[in-house]
Amino acid sequence: MKHKLVAALVAFGLAGTTAACGSGGGGDAEAAAQAKGEITVWMSNNAEEVAWGKQMVAAWNSAHPDQKVTAQEIPAGKSSEEVIGAAITAGNAPCLIFNTAPASVSQFQKQGGLVALDSFADGKAYVEERSGKTAEQYKSTDGKYYQLPWKANPVMIFYNKSVFAKAGIDPAKPLLATYDEFLAASRKIVASKAAKYAIYPAPSNEFYQSWFDFYPLFAAETGGKQLVADGKAQFASEEGKKVAGFWRTLYAEKLASQEKYTGDSFVDGTAAMAIVGPWAIATYKGKVEWGAVPVPTSAGKPAGDTFTFSDAKNVAMYSACKNRGTAWDVLKFATSKEQDGKLLQGTGQMPLRNDVAGAYPEYFTKNPDYQQFADQAARTVEVPNVPNSITIWQTFRDAYSKSVIFGTQDPGAALDGAVQKVDQLAAGS
Amino acid sequence: MSARGRSGRGGVLSSVLGKQPIGTAFVTPYVVFLAVIFAYPLGFAVYMSFHDYFFTAPGAIVERPWVGFANYAAVLSDPAVRRSFVNVGIFLLINVPLTVVLSLVLAYALNAAIRWRTFFRVSYYVPYVAASVAVVGVWLFLFNSDGLVNRLLGPLAPDPSWLVNSALAMPTVAFYVTWKQLGFFILLYLAALQNVSKDLYEAASMDGAGRLKSFWNVTVPGVRPATTLVVLLATVTGANLFTEPYLLTGGGGPDGASASPVLIMYQKGIEQGNPDIGSAIGVLLVIGVLLLALAERRFVGREDR
Repeated sequence: MKHKLVAALVAFGLAGTTAACGSGGGGDAEAAAQAKGEITVWMSNNAEEVAWGKQMVAAWNSAHPDQKVTAQEIPAGKSSEEVIGAAITAGNAPCLIFNTAPASVSQFQKQGGLVALDSFADGKAYVEERSGKTAEQYKSTDGKYYQLPWKANPVMIFYNKSVFAKAGIDPAKPLLATYDEFLAASRKIVASKAAKYAIYPAPSNEFYQSWFDFYPLFAAETGGKQLVADGKAQFASEEGKKVAGFWRTLYAEKLASQEKYTGDSFVDGTAAMAIVGPWAIATYKGKVEWGAVPVPTSAGKPAGDTFTFSDAKNVAMYSACKNRGTAWDVLKFATSKEQDGKLLQGTGQMPLRNDVAGAYPEYFTKNPDYQQFADQAARTVEVPNVPNSITIWQTFRDAYSKSVIFGTQDPGAALDGAVQKVDQLAAGS
Repeated sequence: MSARGRSGRGGVLSSVLGKQPIGTAFVTPYVVFLAVIFAYPLGFAVYMSFHDYFFTAPGAIVERPWVGFANYAAVLSDPAVRRSFVNVGIFLLINVPLTVVLSLVLAYALNAAIRWRTFFRVSYYVPYVAASVAVVGVWLFLFNSDGLVNRLLGPLAPDPSWLVNSALAMPTVAFYVTWKQLGFFILLYLAALQNVSKDLYEAASMDGAGRLKSFWNVTVPGVRPATTLVVLLATVTGANLFTEPYLLTGGGGPDGASASPVLIMYQKGIEQGNPDIGSAIGVLLVIGVLLLALAERRFVGREDR
């Protein structure tokens, strides 16, 4: 591990030296915006997405033989964000990456690694027409789009129907809409030994884990607020503390586990429920008889009013790209109605388009299980696109972990303490 | 004149290349390796730690102003960083002595003519060469709240369990690392034991020393150079602890109870895009390890006079 860190530092160091010798200019960027030619794109490692990507690239290449696109999976690394950050620094990022995490966009932008899509004549209009009001969340603090909102996996409460039946809960109509109902069902599940835990979100300290426990419920409880709004932390509000209190109860009563799990606790039957998006349905096939409901709120909001976390992955254009004209055309091609339809068909993930359900009625008629995710996709909350995004999430996660998961501090006090730090970070310091 | 001229030319060459020019040629690649792989990154890290620095794309125009000790002040005022240094101190206090004692005792046992000797030697070495990710899975199975260890302990099992217990998380990681690395250190001692003369054992035996006494008076002094090496290596690799807290305790949990300085460096320097802060932690870690190594050298490595 030491050598890997040293090697990484060497790569960064050498790249830093190279950066010092570089020269930038508006002229280069303007020329690149018009340039046509060959480009490279990266896909995620998800098998269904790779399959979609291959057919998309083949379709483009057959129609544009003089502007060939080469696709590959993101190179292996501890996380895709680190690989992308290193590629930006080394100056060898591809033109497009179809796996750009919204939480990392502000950092990549700060590095000078991203191209604002507003630099294309139809850039802003295209983004906003395709995604509608939802696009607003993906705008950077400078008012520009450095990412195209691509696809969402709105997270919901998946429950194991056979475990619920075993616990004496109606699998067709599980009462999970309010915190009280959710806790009652959880206690029943554990007490009856139908499952060891009611729910098992990862208790580890990585910054992104809060997207799969606190944040979806916070989005729901607040009617669609982000963690940070207008430069101010929102999570220590009365609603935020209600959500934290709910999760504290789950951990305190051992209805959720503090311990790390190897494998998938939902698939293994260790946990009766999971918070996850539709991408996972493919992995559950033949293993779990599942149902899905919206995340709970304290007062039990109707499904049609419930927000959740989007778990979106987007497409960004990287500044190392020389043929940006082609890259922009490919981006529009890849997110056309036809290609978005193929993405939906191939992966079960929701294209971030206006009215997904209305755009692909045949798909949802044939796959009724996915209808609720299409409905939910219209009410999603993204991570805030602010400076120091990941540090903000780590600061929140540290406070949440201490107070909610391990219970060594009062959740309200912990969240209040984190607010001050987060406000400073969101201001860019 | 002719003789003096030849001698002069040879003298010039000798003074440049030394008496063993081929030796110099052989060692040059490694010197270059050290300079590129170790010296340059360390120097660059020191540079970063005194500037407001972050990595950018080639051609991006940014200011990276000198900030003096601001990064160090930020690091030292961060309770998570201070906690991580305390954690790694706890780790080293457990891991290093345990490593020395166990590896020497086991190497001594494995050096004897015992049945299945090769099997036992291989058994101790396998964890060292096995991928940490795979081995960690086994330990999670053992030390989970309903794992094998707690089943055996029954009512004595800790609550919260080992890996989510503030007081036990770092010791558990220390025991894991000790066990995992034992094979390597046993190898070092096995090699050292080959150099302890049998004559010394015979002489001790003649003077009436039993097995324990001859171990203490002949074996232990005999492998002192290896002990120095083991202590230093265990300290340096232990100070750079990262994989085990990252994998075993969910990123240094619970609540940073098992976070190591390198783990914090990774979080701040790479995940969060603040390599200047990460470098400051790294420089402090290097200084700390050097001081510790000097102290160990003085204490463990002293020559008998």
